[in-house]
Amino acid sequence: MDNTNKKKKKLSRRKFLVRGGLGTLGVLAVGTYVFRNPLRRQILSFANSMDMSYMGSGIEPMIWFEVTSDNKIVLHSPKVEMGQGTFTGIAQMAADELDVEMDQIQVIHASTDTGNIDTFSTGGSTSIAGLWQPLRELAATLREMIKTEGAKKLGVTVGEVTSGKAQLTGGGKTISYADAVKDVTAWKVPDTPPLRDIKDYKFVGKPVARIDLEAKVFGDPIFGLDAEMTNMLYGSVIRPNKIGAKYVSADTSKAENMPGVVKIIVEEDFVGVVANSYIEAENAKNAVEVQWDVDRNWSSEDIKELLKVGNGNPSLIQKEGSDIDTSEEVIKMEFGSPIGAHAQIEPNGVLASVETNKATIKISTQVVNLTRKEVAKRLGFKDEQVNIIPTYLGGGFGRRLHTPHAAQAAVMSKAVGKPVKYCFTRKEEFQHDMFRPPTHHILKANLDASGMIKAIRHDFSSGDVAIDSAILPGFLNTILGADVGAIRGGFCQYGTIPNIRTVSWHVELPFATSWWRSLGLLANTFAWESFMDELALKSSKDPVSFRLAHIPNDEAGKRLKAVIQAAAEKAKYSDEVVNGRAMGFAASTDAGTPCAQVAEVSLENGKIKVHKVTCAMDPGIAVNPDQVRAQCEGSIIMGISASLYEKMEVTDGELTPTIYGPYQMALMKHAPKEIDVVLLQGIDKPGPVGEPPLGPIGAAIANAVYRLTGERLTHMPLQA
Amino acid sequence: MTISFQLNGKPQMVDIADGNTPLLWVVRDMLDHKGTKFGCGKAACGACTLLIDGEAVRSCSYAVKFAEGKSVTTIEGLGTHENPHPVQQAWIEEIVPQCGYCQPGFMMATAAFLEKNPTPTDEDIDNNIINVCRCGTYYRMRKAIHRAAQIKAESANPTNS
Ligand code: FES
Ligand code: FES
Repeated sequence: MDNTNKKKKKLSRRKFLVRGGLGTLGVLAVGTYVFRNPLRRQILSFANSMDMSYMGSGIEPMIWFEVTSDNKIVLHSPKVEMGQGTFTGIAQMAADELDVEMDQIQVIHASTDTGNIDTFSTGGSTSIAGLWQPLRELAATLREMIKTEGAKKLGVTVGEVTSGKAQLTGGGKTISYADAVKDVTAWKVPDTPPLRDIKDYKFVGKPVARIDLEAKVFGDPIFGLDAEMTNMLYGSVIRPNKIGAKYVSADTSKAENMPGVVKIIVEEDFVGVVANSYIEAENAKNAVEVQWDVDRNWSSEDIKELLKVGNGNPSLIQKEGSDIDTSEEVIKMEFGSPIGAHAQIEPNGVLASVETNKATIKISTQVVNLTRKEVAKRLGFKDEQVNIIPTYLGGGFGRRLHTPHAAQAAVMSKAVGKPVKYCFTRKEEFQHDMFRPPTHHILKANLDASGMIKAIRHDFSSGDVAIDSAILPGFLNTILGADVGAIRGGFCQYGTIPNIRTVSWHVELPFATSWWRSLGLLANTFAWESFMDELALKSSKDPVSFRLAHIPNDEAGKRLKAVIQAAAEKAKYSDEVVNGRAMGFAASTDAGTPCAQVAEVSLENGKIKVHKVTCAMDPGIAVNPDQVRAQCEGSIIMGISASLYEKMEVTDGELTPTIYGPYQMALMKHAPKEIDVVLLQGIDKPGPVGEPPLGPIGAAIANAVYRLTGERLTHMPLQA
Repeated sequence: MTISFQLNGKPQMVDIADGNTPLLWVVRDMLDHKGTKFGCGKAACGACTLLIDGEAVRSCSYAVKFAEGKSVTTIEGLGTHENPHPVQQAWIEEIVPQCGYCQPGFMMATAAFLEKNPTPTDEDIDNNIINVCRCGTYYRMRKAIHRAAQIKAESANPTNS
C-alpha cells in the first residue's frame, strides 16, 4: 500500500484516497477531529494557526474502513479500547451511517503502519465526543461511494438504490456491499453527504451490547500481555525500591549462571535480564546485585510538609471581585487527599521484536504515537521503521500514558535478536506507578446576612499532573502557570458568588506523579463540595437549594442546576437520618459534563457503608446509554475505593504498600446495592463521560457521614 | 520432571525443569491458554483464578507439581460460544465486562462458588467473591451472579422455568 505521502494537511482539508480490488476496499481519509474538550480546542486552534498536522501519525493515507469479501465492515479505530466502550460507540455511529447491522461491523485497533492514530492519546474522556462528527461523516461518505458503484452494477441510477444490512437494492435486484465494491478501480468521492437525523438512527442512542463482550467473556487472548511471537523470550528490568535511587553498578555474575538465562543487558540507565521463561527471568533478576545511590530517605511526613499550601509556586487562576474580607467572620476548612495508585489489573508490559531495519511492538498503550517515537529514538530508527500494534488494555486510567518500557523491551530484543516480552511485577507497578499526586486544600468564605456566600477562596496544592508530561506540547501543560491536570475541578462552579479567588499551588515531589482518571477532579471536588455542605449548614439552608441559589443561568449553569435537581428528586434527598441511614449531596462539572450524586450511607461497626448512590449526569447525547451507565457505575465504585480506602505511604524512602490488600481497594462487598443513574441531555452532541462521575462521590459520602456523626471527614481516605 | 493432568477435559503432559513453577505460567506460556491472567503473582487479586478438581484456585501461587493427576479447568474450558456456562451467559446478559482483564478470574471463582451455594444472597456473594476489579464492575457482577444462579436452576429443572 502506498503510505509514504507525508504532506502536511490543513485542518479544514479532508481527503479521501481509495484502494480497491480483490473484494477489499480501504477508504483512506485524513479526517478532522472536532475536539469538544477545551484543552483539545486549544490544541486545535494552535495546530490550525501553525498549519501543522495535528491528527494522525503523519503517515497518510490512513485506513478507516475496509469492506471484506464476506461483506463485513472493518473499522480501524484511532482510539484504544480500555474498557470505556469506545469501540462499541464508534461501531454504532458508523453502522448507522453505513446502513449495516451491528454484527456486520468489526472494530480493530489501528496500528501506526496504517497511520490512523490520534496524535496525542486516548484519554480525557474525549474519544466518542471527538469522533462524533468526523466518523459519521466518513461513514456517510463511504456509504454514498458504495452506492455509486453498486448502482452501476445494478444498472440503475444512484437515486434508485436503497441501502440496508450491508446490501444494495435497485431495479428488482439486491447485491452485497462486497459485490458492489469488487474490482472497482476508480472511485468517485462525493461531497460529504448530510448526516441523518439522530432520531432516525437505529443504533446510536440505544443500549446495544458491547461489541467486545464475547471476547471478554470467553477469555480470548486480546490483551497486551497475551501477545506472542515465534521464538519469543521473556525479559525483566531491575527497578530500585527507593525513591530517587540512581543506578551505580551491577554485579551480574550470579544471575548469569541461573537456569534459563539468555542474556543480561547492562545499559547506562537500566539493567535487563532475558531468559527462556517469565519465572526464569524474574529469578535471575532477583540474583543481580545492583548498587543504587540514594541521597535521601523520604517519608510521608516530608511529603506532607512539601505539599502544604504556601510552600509551592502559586498561580491565581480565578479572580472575580475581591478577596476574602478578613475583617468579617471567615469560615475556613482544610482538606487533603493521599497519593493514589492506578492499580489497573493488567500490569504494564510489552512485546518487542527488533530486526535490522524495523521494530514491531505489541502493547497496551494510551499513547500509541508517543510509544512509537520513544522506541524509534532509542533504537536510532525513523518513526516509520517502528510499527506499534496496540492491543486491548487491561485497564488504562491514565497509567498507560507512559510507556518507557517499550523502548527497554526493544533494546533487549535487539540485544538477543529475538522478540522479547516483558512485564512489571505487581511490586514494581506499585512502586513505579505514575501516581495521582497528593493534595492539600484550604477553603475560606464570608457569608452575608442572608446566608449567601459573599466571598470564597480555594487554595490547593498538588504535585505534577500535566507538568513534565510528554503527551502534550509543553506549552499546553499549564494555564496561567498552573498545571492543567491538577486544576480539574479546582475552579469555583458557583458563578453568582461576587468575590472568588482560586489559587493553584504547584509542588515538585521526589517521585513521579501524573494522570489518574479524572485528574484533580477527585480531590478538588471532595474539598469544594464538603465545604459547600458546611456553608449550607452554617446558613441553615438545605444543601440542594443552597447550591442552586449560587449557580448562574447561563448554559453551563442551567445544565448543572438540572442535574442537581434531578439527583435530589430521584433520590428523594432529605437531611433527615432515617433508620440509621443518611444522605449526602455533591455536584461537579468536569470537562463540560455536569454530574450530581446522592450517597445513602450508614455506619456498621464504625465502618462507612454506602448502600445506594443516585447519579444524575448530563453527557449530552448518550451514544450508548448502557455504556454511559456502566461508566457511571464504574466511576462511582472507583471513587468509593479511592475516597474511602486507598492510600500510598512513603516509609523509609520506599513507596508502600506494594500489593493489593495492604493497598486497600473497594471489593464486591463495598459496592453499593443500588446505583441509580439518571441521564439528561442538555446539549445535542455527545460530551465527556468516563471521568466526570468520579467527581462528586467522595464529598457525597463525607457529607452523609457528617449527618450521621456530626463529624466532618476532611482527609481521604475517609475510612482510614 | 513430567507432570500429567487434565486440562479442560483433555489429558495434558508437561515437561518442566522446576516443578515449583506456578501453574499460571505453565497454562499461559507453555500450554497457550491465555484466558487465565497475571495480575499480582501473590494470590492477592484473583485474576489468575482457575478450577482444580472444581475448586477455585489462584494459579499464580500454586506450584505446577501439585496439579499431578488433577483436573484443571480454565475459562477456555468453562463454556463455548454455542453452549456458554450459566456464568458466561449471565455475564453476557448483564453486559458485565469493561476492560475485561479481571473477568475470567471472577467467572471462574463464581462458577466454583455456585456449585457450593446455588442460591446465594447478596451477603454470600460479598463474602465469597473477593477478587479485585479496578474498573468497578462489581455492581453488575453481583446481578450477574444472581442471574447465573437462576439460569443454572432453570437448566437443572427445565419444567420449573
Ligand atoms: S495473579 Fe494470582 S491472585 Fe493475582
Ligand atoms: S473489568 Fe477491568 S478490571 Fe475488571
